[in-house]
Amino acid sequence: MDYSKVLSHSAASLRPSGIRRFFDMLQGVEDVIALTVGQPDFDTPWHIREAGIESLREGKTYYTSNAGLPEMRAEIANYLSRRFDLHYDPLNEIIVTIGGSEAIDMAFRALLNPGDEVIVPMPSFVCYTPLVTMAGGAPIELVTTAQTGFKLTAEALRAAITPRTKLLVLPYPNNPTGAIMTEQDLLPIAQMLRDTDIMVLSDEIYAEMTYTARPHVSIASLPGMKERTIVVNGFSKAYAMTGWRMGYSAAPAPVTEQMLKLHQYGIMCAPTTSQYAAIEALRHGDEDIAYMTEEYNRRRRFIVDGLRKIGIPCHEPEGAFYVFPQIGAFGLSSEEFCQRLLAEQRVAIVPGTAFGDCGEGFARISYAYSIEHIAEALKRMERFVQSLK
Amino acid sequence: MDTILQLLEKNARLTAEQIAVMLNRDPAEVAKAIDEYEKNGTILGYHALVDWDKTDREYVTAVIELKVEPTRDRGFDRIAEQIYRYPEVQSLQIMSSAGYDLMLIMEGRTMKEIAYFVAYKLATLEDVRSTATHFVLKKYKDKGIVYSAPKRDEREQGMV
Repeated sequence: MDYSKVLSHSAASLRPSGIRRFFDMLQGVEDVIALTVGQPDFDTPWHIREAGIESLREGKTYYTSNAGLPEMRAEIANYLSRRFDLHYDPLNEIIVTIGGSEAIDMAFRALLNPGDEVIVPMPSFVCYTPLVTMAGGAPIELVTTAQTGFKLTAEALRAAITPRTKLLVLPYPNNPTGAIMTEQDLLPIAQMLRDTDIMVLSDEIYAEMTYTARPHVSIASLPGMKERTIVVNGFSKAYAMTGWRMGYSAAPAPVTEQMLKLHQYGIMCAPTTSQYAAIEALRHGDEDIAYMTEEYNRRRRFIVDGLRKIGIPCHEPEGAFYVFPQIGAFGLSSEEFCQRLLAEQRVAIVPGTAFGDCGEGFARISYAYSIEHIAEALKRMERFVQSLK
Repeated sequence: MDTILQLLEKNARLTAEQIAVMLNRDPAEVAKAIDEYEKNGTILGYHALVDWDKTDREYVTAVIELKVEPTRDRGFDRIAEQIYRYPEVQSLQIMSSAGYDLMLIMEGRTMKEIAYFVAYKLATLEDVRSTATHFVLKKYKDKGIVYSAPKRDEREQGMV
């Protein structure tokens, strides 16, 4: 059978993940110190797991209401209000989704007409552009640079806006750069978008992993922005619940209504067990977040200091759990650097090009690992860097 | 300052410099704090946690419950001191439980050696009323560290 005749052209045209490809190279290399994974190294806190287990014992194994358990949506509204000063109606402005990923996908499909442009700051999470393409939109990659600390500036945004711009994706705190957008950074963006018909998809999945004195600020909390913003957040990073597949969208009722239709047809509802666990997380998980964030913060300081000491420059990441050092000065491409580091010192990091061509000259290093693991990696990286001199 | 202690308790080999970086503090200040802790006995020592089963050392660990009746004027401290001065005694604690008073952990080369120690050194002490000796068969976890093979990182790489 000739499958090229039957498969969807748009699906087939999607580029396979650069990260995936690099990882296949890891197979068969022994004793590797990896700093590659984008998941917390903590297990989901016990009280949260217990709540999920208890719900199973109680036989709660049926579908929930499409948009999610009412108690859960109420707790999400409560959380958004107390943590980020965002106020949403749990009954018609919040949907419980299968991870932040589903919320992102639903948002694109609910907003995009064929040819609508979506501005995506790069480098960023690899899923945005393929999902925009599959939803019929046209992704417009907007490169951010080390000069601006990988933040999105109003000037850059202005240059990218066209009459066809429907949506701006705002992925902050950012994977892979660790950059955040403070209130000061967001104000000029909000200023520019207010009074237009351009929407914002704010992917705030790393919101709790912010290491500045002031906590994360959502663009939706700025004047005139709530009506045009879809906030996406979830449980994967904040509560170490990646495998539970729990996320949510918070958006004005007319947008939520459309997203809900798609969610109903495609998904029915997000996993029930996970929802019960997530309710417990929202009610009693603040301390767990504080503990994990403090741990990440220590590792962040340790790795940034360590990298700079061995001669690898990096800007200081203020969010998420990645550092995005510059490795271009050694005369090797990102891929060459990472491949040789792996082959010669058995340390695995992700080449910046896995996130787009603008990642050339950089690499992403995750610090969702113990201090001891990071220390060993730094030792080996130092040997590698010395060998390049 | 407590945080320095928490970090060192988990990993005694962290240097003052490393701790200072992690906590965003001045290295000299951290080094001084650690020095103080060592001097005033808040930090009593630094030990490697060894899984002896991975070596050819022959040893047995015993947990011994002691019932004591301190004579008037002497109290528990005096008896405890008599017991803990023996180097074989690794740990000694007064317990709140109803069945016994002191819990002692010790190591010897063989069960017999431990039995002799209990019979001839512990049981003979004036204030010791009775002893109950239990032998450790297998250690699963100690000082927060699991003794089995190092935990494999099971996280899938994925797209993220």
